[in-house]
Amino acid sequence: MTTLAPARTRRRQDRAGYLFLLPWFGGLLFMVVPFFASLYLAFTHYDLLTAPRWAGLANFRQMLGDATLHQSLRVTLVYTVVSVPLSLIVALAVAMILDRGVRGLAIYRSIYYLPSLLAGSVAIVMLWRYIFSYHGIVNDALAWFGIQGPGWATDPRYALGTLILLHVWTFGSPMVIFLAGLRQIPAMYYEAASMDGASPWRQFRSVTLPLLSPIIFFNLVQALIASFQTFTQGYVISNGTGGPGQSTLFYNLYLYQKGFAEFDMGYASSMAWLLLVIIAGFTGINFLAARFWVFYDN
Amino acid sequence: MTLTAPRTTPAEPEIRPVPPRKPRPRFLRHVLLCAVGAIMLYPLLWMISSSLKPSNSVFTDESLWPAAFDFGNYARGWTSLSEPFQTYLVNSLIIVILSIIGNLLSCSLAAYAFARLRFRGRKLFFALMLGTMMLPGHVLVVPQYVLFDKLGWLNTYYPLLVPHFLATNGFYIFLMVQFMRSLPTELDDAARIDGCGPFRTFWKVILPLCLPAFATTAIFTFISVWNEFFGPLLYLTDPQLYTVPLALRQFMDSEGQSQWGEMFAMSFLSLAPVIGFFIAGQKYLVKGIATTGLR
Repeated sequence: MTTLAPARTRRRQDRAGYLFLLPWFGGLLFMVVPFFASLYLAFTHYDLLTAPRWAGLANFRQMLGDATLHQSLRVTLVYTVVSVPLSLIVALAVAMILDRGVRGLAIYRSIYYLPSLLAGSVAIVMLWRYIFSYHGIVNDALAWFGIQGPGWATDPRYALGTLILLHVWTFGSPMVIFLAGLRQIPAMYYEAASMDGASPWRQFRSVTLPLLSPIIFFNLVQALIASFQTFTQGYVISNGTGGPGQSTLFYNLYLYQKGFAEFDMGYASSMAWLLLVIIAGFTGINFLAARFWVFYDN
Repeated sequence: MTLTAPRTTPAEPEIRPVPPRKPRPRFLRHVLLCAVGAIMLYPLLWMISSSLKPSNSVFTDESLWPAAFDFGNYARGWTSLSEPFQTYLVNSLIIVILSIIGNLLSCSLAAYAFARLRFRGRKLFFALMLGTMMLPGHVLVVPQYVLFDKLGWLNTYYPLLVPHFLATNGFYIFLMVQFMRSLPTELDDAARIDGCGPFRTFWKVILPLCLPAFATTAIFTFISVWNEFFGPLLYLTDPQLYTVPLALRQFMDSEGQSQWGEMFAMSFLSLAPVIGFFIAGQKYLVKGIATTGLR
């Protein structure tokens, strides 16, 4: 090796690096080109059969007056704003209970984690739909208390709430991450705090929360991005319609209907970009807000 | 992002020997944890139990232990869709196995380059890779569909498989990069002195050591591809090509005929491999998800 001139070694290393990255370069092309194509299509009318026609801002102007689109945005926002914090709070609470060193930790952890692996599957959403149907077990349980429940999944007032419960049921994956994070907090911090006479609540606020904040932040960003892209749940619970009464018409479900049922590809592209901007906005606000509450100890 | 404790190798969460405080009411805690556990498992148990009940008693027989067993649900469900159920199982299996192979191959190559090789543009490309991880998939869906249509790939498995062979899932690359970085660099030096080029070092030295990361990738790929609904819904229209999730969907169209027993039987069959993989590989799985969260 020493006999080679440095420049040649360098070139060799470059070549090896690029060779190993070859499949990934292909994949990058596969993402970068569609990324810009999608931006272009957002400003066109395109039905897949005839060439795209430039439309300027027409799609975006149409979005302003599209009541169905507004409804789908509302569904997605409500779902996100309610289910994300709720599932993270449950995940953190359970992680903290488990962190106190219980016997059978591994078993509990597995049981809680399992549903989040199945969450996106069609089978689970169908199951959910039947559990929360008019004659389902949830209403059977309520009947013990003398309450006659509605058909949760088929009543426009409750259908989205039913899906939010499904989301909360899958708190396992953020919980596992919280658990790993809690384990990294040195025990001596808690010892010092209790010597100073800090109450459990005070310890939670002054030790756990700040030291865990990077992980809370990570979970929050991940959950937000995933939640905005919910599709299967809405599709399966409503058999593709977004019903009852558009109550489960998630944004991506409407995008799917526009693009792949009505073949209005231009409109679907502009919808995709609006969602991208919304997600980027939420993530950006998150990162800005993080300066005030996420604490890095180094 | 950095953490309080210095990050070394991905470690099992159980490293802290002493719980922070004296464990107090243990009994109450177990009651609470068991109650939560029951809520987590009840829907799944209910599904299994319903798959064994005669269809007309799914909603009348409330107990988890069926009053009457009807194993016929499995036999009837197997043939009640437009194709026999083994068609869907085989289709899903083909796609899953090829996706796993594709992800392992392409992502390990890319990860090795990012983690162990020094070349011009490495940092830039790595940043780009992280960027693609953040990009929501729906932005690419329309042009990719158009592209696959132009290539004549609609109603084939190519749209579902090719991206896996091109390392498009940055999550797995990142997981492997993290793992490979934890291996000592002396290994590469030793291999180089023994006359190994980058490829042989990769193949003979690094790959065998990365088995835990590969297991995690394989299991995650299995679960996500097995459950995937959107892609197959978009690209497959011929029922003979359907994957298991698309097949299950057909039960929704025939709802009035109350095939509930059959539906739950096939639903449970569709979840069984995931549950099986989970039980077999849960150590890797939990480790995998815990370490990717820690950056």
